[in-house]
Amino acid sequence: MASPQREGFTVPTSISHAALGQVTTKSLGVKYNCAQCASSFSLGKNDAIRCKDCGHRVIYKARTRRMVQFEAR
Amino acid sequence: MSDNIVGIEYNRVTNTSSTDFPGHSANGDFSWDIEKFKDSFDIQISYITERTANFDLVNIDTSIANAFRRVMIAEVPSVAAEAVYMFMNTSVIQDEVLAHRIGLIPLKVDPDLLNWVDKTLDENERYTEENTVVLSLDVVCTKNSHAPKNSTNPKELYKNAHIYAKDLKFEPQGGQAERFKIKPVAADPDILLAKLRPGQEISLRAHCILGIGSDHAKFSPVATASYRLMPVINITEPIRGDSAKRFQKCFPSGVIGINKNGEAYVKDARKDTVSREVLRHEEFNGKVKLGRKRDHFIFNVESTGAMSPEEIFFKSVRVLKNKAQYLRNCPIGQ
Repeated sequence: MASPQREGFTVPTSISHAALGQVTTKSLGVKYNCAQCASSFSLGKNDAIRCKDCGHRVIYKARTRRMVQFEAR
Repeated sequence: MSDNIVGIEYNRVTNTSSTDFPGHSANGDFSWDIEKFKDSFDIQISYITERTANFDLVNIDTSIANAFRRVMIAEVPSVAAEAVYMFMNTSVIQDEVLAHRIGLIPLKVDPDLLNWVDKTLDENERYTEENTVVLSLDVVCTKNSHAPKNSTNPKELYKNAHIYAKDLKFEPQGGQAERFKIKPVAADPDILLAKLRPGQEISLRAHCILGIGSDHAKFSPVATASYRLMPVINITEPIRGDSAKRFQKCFPSGVIGINKNGEAYVKDARKDTVSREVLRHEEFNGKVKLGRKRDHFIFNVESTGAMSPEEIFFKSVRVLKNKAQYLRNCPIGQ
């Protein structure tokens, strides 16, 4: 991938906005999977660490769709 | 015993190395001659099936027979997955392990349809339509809503619970759809690759290229390619009656027959495994001599599925011929 950005994270375009703490990015946040009910959802940075379906507090970050190359050896 | 028979004793083998080369003895002409070879050499085919061939090479030197065996295993090219591009793998099997498993799947691809990959090229331009076959695997496991009640069988409870080699799909690149009249698939469709549970997903692309067995065993076109020497059983003193029946029991069935006089005779020595069981019994001491013919090779070639076993053998002959021609053109041969 050409873009140096990580998935689910956008570099703040203006430092001043970031410093003000008023960044309202359109990003839906980072994707997570619930450890209890296996539902997948995304959380923003201010959201509580909780599953949106069952309320379980243990969640896993979902794997990215970024390609990884392996040698079949 | 004759000169070209390896003696098999109770605890040792004798007369193991060949002596039919010039200068070994004062009498007899052992110079190599193509016409002499043509006269004596013989191939007997026992059976050829889709996957296995069993044939005898008679009156040929060990060095050549062994060269064929080694070339079949390590130097006849075949196609296998080399690079695996993983987009998603949330199964319990790790990425590198899954990639390795995919590499080991025997593929039904005609090696003559592909060119060699130039490994000196950059990774991005290395794989082209001429030298690569792309296989894809895209599966997601889901719950089966129509599963029978009280079922505990994962195959009924879930869809795509088991991922097999047949789930690898050929993706024709450019003109490959016409070039590959027979679609490249796994030679054995029911090789289990991974087991999934609902929500788990595998998405990958595999680039399959030409290679040889000496680089990696996945490129070897044979499951086994081996030979054994023709067994020789020499009954030196007649064995009769109950003793003959016990004698028969010392060999695999069909090796020893008993004629109408109740005397044991050698029916089919080729079936013998040369277990030496007969040499353990005091009553047959000195009555039988076991051996193997040194220049009679019983080959068994088992293909992995990409080529027919006879094609693998023919290719091994061609490879050996090319090696000899290369050697002849080397300065040392002139």
